[in-house]
Amino acid sequence: MLHTVNKSPTERNTLESCLKHLTKGCAVLLIEDGVYGALKGTVSTKMVEQALKHHPIYALYPDLEARGMQDRVIDGIKLVDYSGFVDLAVEYPSVQSWL
Amino acid sequence: MTEVTGGIEMEEDTSGKIKKFLYINRKAPYGTIYALESLEVVLIAAAFDQDVSLAFLDDGVYEIIKGQHTRTIDVKNFSPTYRALEGYDIEKLYVEKESMEARGLKEEDFIVPVKVISAKEMADLMQSQDVVLSF
Repeated sequence: MLHTVNKSPTERNTLESCLKHLTKGCAVLLIEDGVYGALKGTVSTKMVEQALKHHPIYALYPDLEARGMQDRVIDGIKLVDYSGFVDLAVEYPSVQSWL
Repeated sequence: MTEVTGGIEMEEDTSGKIKKFLYINRKAPYGTIYALESLEVVLIAAAFDQDVSLAFLDDGVYEIIKGQHTRTIDVKNFSPTYRALEGYDIEKLYVEKESMEARGLKEEDFIVPVKVISAKEMADLMQSQDVVLSF
């Protein structure tokens, strides 16, 4: 399953809850304010790096760039554009949008 | 036809004392409309010659980050507007140190000159105002 998260981890607990509910084979795509969860040096970095050991994590590049955060992404998080977003949605059998 | 004003006093009071206004910004830009709305209200209020301060705390510190490029998400990049505030005599911009550090940010990451203050100092700043508007 592909999980999308669109909330900042320092505004809501959406990312934390999502990461806690991942099972084998799941991936996470961070979009909109969710991309703040992809950043180095923040209070949520360690939690995300831990999840990254077991699950692929993606972030939507246009949303990172809009927020001026494109150069602060945790190593290992893959950046995708809109067509990459579509590819992921097609690749995984289902999508769960965490709001 | 009678014009309805909704009970609002329409007479302009030009002799009123200058009040201290604080605009509190706690939301990241673009994901919600709060950041942009706050900026719009600040610009409108700038016309009234009041003593205005802006505070950035929690995710609000993300509003004034350098290097925002919004072309690919097709929304207006309003971050350069913070640099125009100086032209409206709005020069008191405060960033909460704890919020900045929790996000791995430094003072030089901001597009405008700010004063970095502690949460305790922020609390005192809030307490010292006549009007506080929260976004």
